[in-house]
Amino acid sequence: MNLTLKIWRQKNAKAKGAFETYHVENISPDTSFLEMLDILNNNLIHEGKEPVVFDHDCREGICGMCSLHINGHAHGPDSEITTCQLHMRKFNDGDTIVIEPWRSAAFPVIKDLAVDRSAYDKILQAGGFISVNTGGVPDANAIPIPKADADESMDAAACIGCGACAATCKNGSAMLFVAARVSSLAKLPQGRVEGARRAKAMVAKMDELGFGNCTNTGACEAECPKAISIAHIARLNREFLSAKFKD
Amino acid sequence: MATLDSKIPQGELSKKWSNHKAAIKVVSPANKRKLEIIVVGTGLGGASAAASLAELGYNVKVFCISDSPRRAHSIAAQGGINAAKNYQNDNDSVFRLFYDTIKGGDYRAREANVYRLAEVSNLIIDQCVAQGVPFAREYGGLLDNRSFGGAQVSRTFYARGQTGQQLLLGAYAALNRQIAKGNVKSYPRHEMLNLVVEDGEAKGIITRNLVTGEIERFGAHAVVIASGGYGNVFFLSTNAMNSNGSAAFQCYRKGAWFANPCFTQIHPTCIPVHGDQQSKLTLMSESLRNDGRIWVPKKMEDVKAIRSGAKKPTDIPEEDRDYYLERRYPAFGNLVPRDVASRAAKERCDAGYGVNETGLAVFLDFKTAIERLGKEVIRQRYGNLFQMYEKITDVNPYEQPMQIFPAVHYTMGGIWVDYNLMTTIPGLYAIGEANFSDHGANRLGASALMQGLADGYFVLPYTIGDYLSHKIQTPKTDVNTPAFDEAEKAVKEKIARIFSIQGKRSVDDIHKELGHIMWENVGMARTKESLEKAIKEVQRLRAEFWKDVKVPGTNEEFNQELEKALRLSDFLELGELMARDALNRNESCGGHFRSEYQTAEGEALRDDEHYAYVAVWEYTGENKEPVMHKEELRFEAVHLAQRNYKD
Repeated sequence: MNLTLKIWRQKNAKAKGAFETYHVENISPDTSFLEMLDILNNNLIHEGKEPVVFDHDCREGICGMCSLHINGHAHGPDSEITTCQLHMRKFNDGDTIVIEPWRSAAFPVIKDLAVDRSAYDKILQAGGFISVNTGGVPDANAIPIPKADADESMDAAACIGCGACAATCKNGSAMLFVAARVSSLAKLPQGRVEGARRAKAMVAKMDELGFGNCTNTGACEAECPKAISIAHIARLNREFLSAKFKD
Repeated sequence: MATLDSKIPQGELSKKWSNHKAAIKVVSPANKRKLEIIVVGTGLGGASAAASLAELGYNVKVFCISDSPRRAHSIAAQGGINAAKNYQNDNDSVFRLFYDTIKGGDYRAREANVYRLAEVSNLIIDQCVAQGVPFAREYGGLLDNRSFGGAQVSRTFYARGQTGQQLLLGAYAALNRQIAKGNVKSYPRHEMLNLVVEDGEAKGIITRNLVTGEIERFGAHAVVIASGGYGNVFFLSTNAMNSNGSAAFQCYRKGAWFANPCFTQIHPTCIPVHGDQQSKLTLMSESLRNDGRIWVPKKMEDVKAIRSGAKKPTDIPEEDRDYYLERRYPAFGNLVPRDVASRAAKERCDAGYGVNETGLAVFLDFKTAIERLGKEVIRQRYGNLFQMYEKITDVNPYEQPMQIFPAVHYTMGGIWVDYNLMTTIPGLYAIGEANFSDHGANRLGASALMQGLADGYFVLPYTIGDYLSHKIQTPKTDVNTPAFDEAEKAVKEKIARIFSIQGKRSVDDIHKELGHIMWENVGMARTKESLEKAIKEVQRLRAEFWKDVKVPGTNEEFNQELEKALRLSDFLELGELMARDALNRNESCGGHFRSEYQTAEGEALRDDEHYAYVAVWEYTGENKEPVMHKEELRFEAVHLAQRNYKD
């Protein structure tokens, strides 16, 4: 396959960025999208040009490090996958592909296609945990948990923290991310103990960091590589409101 | 001068850990507040250690190369975590888990460490459940288990095919809680590039800020290396792209001896290589071997028909399929340990029965399981893995068998540590995959997660106190000393030297060549000739790197090519060390298979008389031969025997 790439280049956080056009040739349809970028970068190095910076690591869809808006879609055109799992067979020979970093006020560009997602860490630091120290905990089978609840908790816990939800949302809201963590812990008896405090603290931190409000467009769910349901947002709202009523 | 004192406690095996805990010193809460610890790496080992140490009151600084601690490669572990809970009433016990691990490691691990690992395994499951890890459960609400290779009991706890992710999110949450409290300071996108040793003790590290390029100094009373393994020496592996051996290798250069570097695990169930532009290999969890059956055609004409597309695998009748693991190992069948399964696949492919166009693939088939259990049960158990397979290969594994082939996955070798997990440099510790201690020559499935968390939650927080109890009078480490100056200068000079070359070859070009040399000569089967060749080839390539590598840009920016070049420069040393170690070990054991040493049936032939030791390598200087030391392994509780998975 021969492809034209329009890629966002930006020297650093302060610089003004712009699109640059590149061409790659003889790409196998079985190549992954990031391998295609590897090939481009190797070409650029041999031409004495600066390669394109992009975040990536596990290349099997679980670390959440890769990102990229590809032709306007977070993680590209295929559904329920990350960019590293996207393969070139989803494109056609001769295509022009537009590649941008996440576009969200809360995720500033560091360089080219890499952004700063530390805001997500800060939200989790505000309350995305169960307050237990190492040691002195009960036997793992001491508290039976209905299978359906454990399964639902796992559905929410599948979030990889990639940032696609906030980057896709027209309001720049991180609600799906926050809801996934709150909901995962709220479905378990261990997590219920500090459920109210957790929901309030995480929502407050999200607001403080400049994420927008949720208006239930559902765009986040559609672009989530792990298909996390917006039903979890409803649960977060319930958790948050009942916590506020108790205040 | 370092010496090899393993500090294994005296007494009966089952009492060693409790006796040791009673004997070692502790640090009072008031004194813990005065002590600083650096943790390098935030996978299961690093995150659990950093959180637990901070909970105890120590001041912790934690470093990772990713943008968040949650990205560490532990996250990619799929299948599960072992523990000796015996919840299934199938006669599991601490001793049985210990025994399976020693046997699985082909009798090349230290008994006392492995017993302790089995002992604390149950605490890990309790801890993770308390953190809210959503392990799979039965309808009655209790925890579910499954089986893994090398065991005849079901002791593996799991969270769908994302167990590593869920355990890491648990440890990361505990870490986040300590960061919020101010007990841990987190430094993401920071890479350790040197260790600082002063008066013979570890005093700190030199890092590079990966965004700005700034070279920084950090001091502490103790340094913990939790930076994972070095499987990426092979370029193609199941490791994440950024996984590297550099932090561990810097410690080796500074005097931490390196143990069993040649013990590499080749995982049997990975998606086969598709072409020369591939960047990494994707693992298909070992848990698939619970229900999947591995086979190749019996008849060469069927092999040819499948390769040409004239036949589909589903066209081959049962009687013409060779379920070679079930044939060769009736007692364990498809659940033999990884090294055995990998070699058996290689044996069939070498004989010409490989089922894809490269001849390097075998089938992993769910037909029987789907007939027995129904598609829905299989979807519940492995749905995400099947989806991942289809996204990558465009083949639907519910309808056609998967194609798999062995790939580099894990390194059992690592920095040598004593029973306290301390290296040969006082004050320097190594935990998780970065150390060598628990898996011998072959790691069993679902044991890496167990070891990382055992070290971080339940071993290091106890043993580090014994060393730090002697440091309560030591003030905060001064980073403006000649030792820090020298360590920082070495880093800056190395970076400057890399930029000064501006040759013709990209980092990836050289790394791919290294991977090729290693896979061909230090891979699944090794010989004296191949290893001698590898040493020469790696030396040649290393010289070429320092003459001809091309790294664009500058240090003072986000420069991924520089990061890769620095890591590759260490892989080019590690590759040679691995070959040397493999050449020294004139026997076959676990993942180390020397073709000269095999039984008539093609099984690994150990030489306990001459090689029942840990080979521990001491760095002696650039382009100088390292010196080998031996830690003799003494087996008191188990009887050394040839591994038998047949009956």
